[in-house]
Amino acid sequence: MKRLMLGNEAVARGLYESGCRIVSAYPGTPSTEITEFVSEYDEVYAEWAPNEKVATEVAIGASMGGARSFCAMKHVGLNVAADPLFTASYTGVNGGLIIAVADDQGMHSSQNEQDSRHYAIASKVPMVEPSDSLECKEYVKKAYEISEKFDTPVLFRLSTRVSHSQSLVEECPRNDVPLKEYVKNPAKYVMMPGNAKKRHVVVEERSKALEAFAETTDLNTVEMNDTSVGIITAGITYQYAKEAMPNASFLKLGLINPMPVELIKDFASKVDKVYVIEELDDVIETHCKKYGIKVESKEHFTNIGEYSQKMIREALTGEKTELYSFSEDIPVRPPVMCPGCPHRGMFYVLNKMKLMVSGDIGCYTLGATPPLNAMDSTICMGASISALHGFNKARGIDSAKNSVAVIGDSTFMHSGITGLINITYNEGISTVIVVDNSITGMTGHQQNPTTGKTLKGDIVEKISIEKVCEAAGVKRVRVVDPNEPKLLEQMLKEELSVEEPSVIICRRPCALLKYVKAKPPVHINNDKCKRCKACFKIGCPAIVMKGNDVTIDTTLCVGCGLCEKMCAFSAIEESGEEK
Amino acid sequence: MSNVKSIMIVGVGGQGTLLASRLLGNILLESGYDVKVSEVHGMSQRGGSVVTYVKYGDKVYSPVVEKGEADIIMAFELCEAARALPYLKKGGKLIVNTQQISPMPVITGAAKYPENIVEKLKAAGADVFAFDALTLAEQAGSSKATNVVLIGAMSNKMPFTTEQWNTVIEKTVPPKFLELNKKAFALGREHFELK
Repeated sequence: MKRLMLGNEAVARGLYESGCRIVSAYPGTPSTEITEFVSEYDEVYAEWAPNEKVATEVAIGASMGGARSFCAMKHVGLNVAADPLFTASYTGVNGGLIIAVADDQGMHSSQNEQDSRHYAIASKVPMVEPSDSLECKEYVKKAYEISEKFDTPVLFRLSTRVSHSQSLVEECPRNDVPLKEYVKNPAKYVMMPGNAKKRHVVVEERSKALEAFAETTDLNTVEMNDTSVGIITAGITYQYAKEAMPNASFLKLGLINPMPVELIKDFASKVDKVYVIEELDDVIETHCKKYGIKVESKEHFTNIGEYSQKMIREALTGEKTELYSFSEDIPVRPPVMCPGCPHRGMFYVLNKMKLMVSGDIGCYTLGATPPLNAMDSTICMGASISALHGFNKARGIDSAKNSVAVIGDSTFMHSGITGLINITYNEGISTVIVVDNSITGMTGHQQNPTTGKTLKGDIVEKISIEKVCEAAGVKRVRVVDPNEPKLLEQMLKEELSVEEPSVIICRRPCALLKYVKAKPPVHINNDKCKRCKACFKIGCPAIVMKGNDVTIDTTLCVGCGLCEKMCAFSAIEESGEEK
Repeated sequence: MSNVKSIMIVGVGGQGTLLASRLLGNILLESGYDVKVSEVHGMSQRGGSVVTYVKYGDKVYSPVVEKGEADIIMAFELCEAARALPYLKKGGKLIVNTQQISPMPVITGAAKYPENIVEKLKAAGADVFAFDALTLAEQAGSSKATNVVLIGAMSNKMPFTTEQWNTVIEKTVPPKFLELNKKAFALGREHFELK
């Protein structure tokens, strides 16, 4: 029976059906659900690793050990995992190895918009790219075949629209691929110069073999139709182009590294005009032009953001659609911290104290937005701590007394610890706030080493953030509830004034966790309220003006009580009414 | 021209647009259509504008709905209805819950929440049905069923019987919320375009 499946769920189904045994990943939108879905199959061992480099190395080790293995990450995660990727290209595999990478065209939930295809070219690893859920499942099978046939890891490129769209998939039974024998083979797996030099030759030979394979594989398909327009495309843009130009002829590339040459030349010779349609960089276009194939592409299309059927139709046919339009400006609705969010109280204090805040990646990046405005920088996972150290070294002791790093529990485990060690080792005096909400929040509640639960829900020992900090050489480690802004402010003043490194752990669980029970909504006593709007400083979406009165939206309020602490007139009262 | 129909569901993160798209997807699938459902997860879910696309027909390619393409827009919030207006196809139907949730720029005073949105939508030429789905959901037993009230209203624009919808609701929602959701659906379905 056919079922609607998210692209990510279909990848997970493909892994199950292909006999995959080992999965390791770090969550990252839009790749996260692959690992969550695959963890539901008892036949597959699946885990959250602390970061993408670790996840990739786990998958490499599992492959070496003879298992079909897999790791998944978002595009920026591949930057973290690039080191093992490039050398795994040299060692090749034993059991098939797939490294999935989900690009985020349009930056729906990312800090940049990099095109992961460049990694496939640079690491000389084949890359496949599905365009819907059915292909997500089928391409996993094909990727394992390529991996084992050509002795190479295979990159599996996804995009937000493929990962997060649902389309129809038919389920098949599992092919229980047995564990391959492990034979010690240092020449293949010990990558020191003497061995690596020989492996590089193997990699170049493999690339030639893959180029020949690209000419004939059924991953690349030709649909001849009206020959006045031919379109070369791949992935989600195929779906957009197909809807926009249903009568055109298509060459759809499922194997996007290496790309065929003769197949493209043949296709181009059969049509009057060839367009290459690809989001982000001109990878296919450059390939075509390198071989003298006349194509048009980026002169019609941007290299920024997502495409759509409308954009392609307008660019290629000039057709315009008539639209309704609203008569006035509509206020934007940026994402905000949820009602009851434990980060709100902390950012209120940081804003009040006017500190320089070196931020990081997570829900708490929203602390940069009004009215909290309490973040100066966000670069990449873990950078808050190391960048603060650099900032403080550059600007001296006084700067260290007016600046903090803010990093979440999961991000601290991911790559914050090394930055902290750098501070203590190099006699830094920076103050670091670890916001411990007991979950990986932004990606939708994944467990991590500090939560005491594994991906599959097994209870394990929590990694103590306090002990990690102490072991890293930090002597001043303190814990506070961020919903006690006065306590936090006092503690911050103390820690900022001392000339040694300190860590303050702001500990309160995410308000969306099931075990965190909402309290009845608070309400405003209009007789006491002076309309001073002090409660608006925390930027809670449940506190709104109605006419001249301050009101609480009871459908949003979870009764966290932070706003009560802002009010000097005790005008915010607990109602006792059940939610 | 293709026979693909496009539905767009817009709202604010946390309003339960996900269940609405699951119900729609399931009934379309059971009726033998090719279906694609698309939404964006991640940061935008945190109280920001959220958008889900549902497309169905003999063969659906693109999972996204573009400006001027939506046959039906179901708006969970008034301001989001105004934002989505350009996506409505000429002659399409805009179904609006009149609930207002202030975006942060309005809360901080940097922007104003537009007034008389429903009138302005109609003045723009759109075929609008606006109603208070939140109050109907509370009548059914919980404000959380607002999404199903809206589906009930929208169901009048689709070729399925109440029995078919109820079957899909049974298959999609947990048993303990079944009666609530059936009641919410019925209220929405009955209420559509009554004045």
